[in-house]
Amino acid sequence: MNLSIETIALVGVIGLLGVGLYGLLISRNLIKIVVGLQILVKAALLGIVLAGKINGQPLLAQSMVITIIVADTIVAVIGIAMIVQIRRQLGTLDVSELSKLKG
Amino acid sequence: MSIVFAILAVMMLLFAALAIRAKHLISAAIFLAVVSALVSIAFYWLGSLLAAVIELSVGAGLVTVLFVYAINIAGETGGEYYPLVKKWLAAPLVIIALALLAIYLLPILSPAPQVAETDLPNVIWDQRAVDVLVQIVLIFSGVLGLLGLLAEAKAPLEYPVAEQVAAQRQQELDELTRQTPQEEAV
Repeated sequence: MNLSIETIALVGVIGLLGVGLYGLLISRNLIKIVVGLQILVKAALLGIVLAGKINGQPLLAQSMVITIIVADTIVAVIGIAMIVQIRRQLGTLDVSELSKLKG
Repeated sequence: MSIVFAILAVMMLLFAALAIRAKHLISAAIFLAVVSALVSIAFYWLGSLLAAVIELSVGAGLVTVLFVYAINIAGETGGEYYPLVKKWLAAPLVIIALALLAIYLLPILSPAPQVAETDLPNVIWDQRAVDVLVQIVLIFSGVLGLLGLLAEAKAPLEYPVAEQVAAQRQQELDELTRQTPQEEAV
């Protein structure tokens, strides 16, 4: 069976989505959660590039991907800064410990 | 050619799984950087050259540096955490979600007719000018947010504020009670 590059890329996108989702579900460490989120976003980026190639609009997809990379980086930066502050103030990276702090 | 791309996709999935399963956070950050680099190669392969360059420099470079910085400050895991959702429940949930996704996505792979596009600068600056504005605002707000969040905490108080206020009030009360007998004597 001779698979096209598009089919392989789509399988890769679905696989990356699965790995990211699984990581989000099983992780309790805040940094691991951001890592899972990054993997999910990378899958979405690859999917958009692939959709642009299939639809014959690669440049439009590329410009959207650049915007998403910027937004994703800002999300990662703010998330990491919040994690650092949480670690400094509360001394833990465990999500369950944080949920116990609610009033 | 598609065999090489398949190997690339398999490596992408492998390193992503390693990033999720890694015991040390620093290893997870390195594996995530490798995934970013492999994704940027896939971008290049699919014809998105500029996106590939930006993904490689920002995704594999900047974000990894930030992760390493955060891990250095926050320290390693600090103990083994139990998973949030049980693994025997998480795996079937993910498989069901992916199966649904595959059922809807795989049939759309037939190529559509090519749309006439001009060059990339025209697309970015003319058609997607709002996106550029949004990017500028995002970067600005991100820098401001980072400055605010990473600001060093002020020196801690010697003791809690409530105790300080209570002690001050007690002192004032003592002074008043001391003054009152003197006034009565006068």
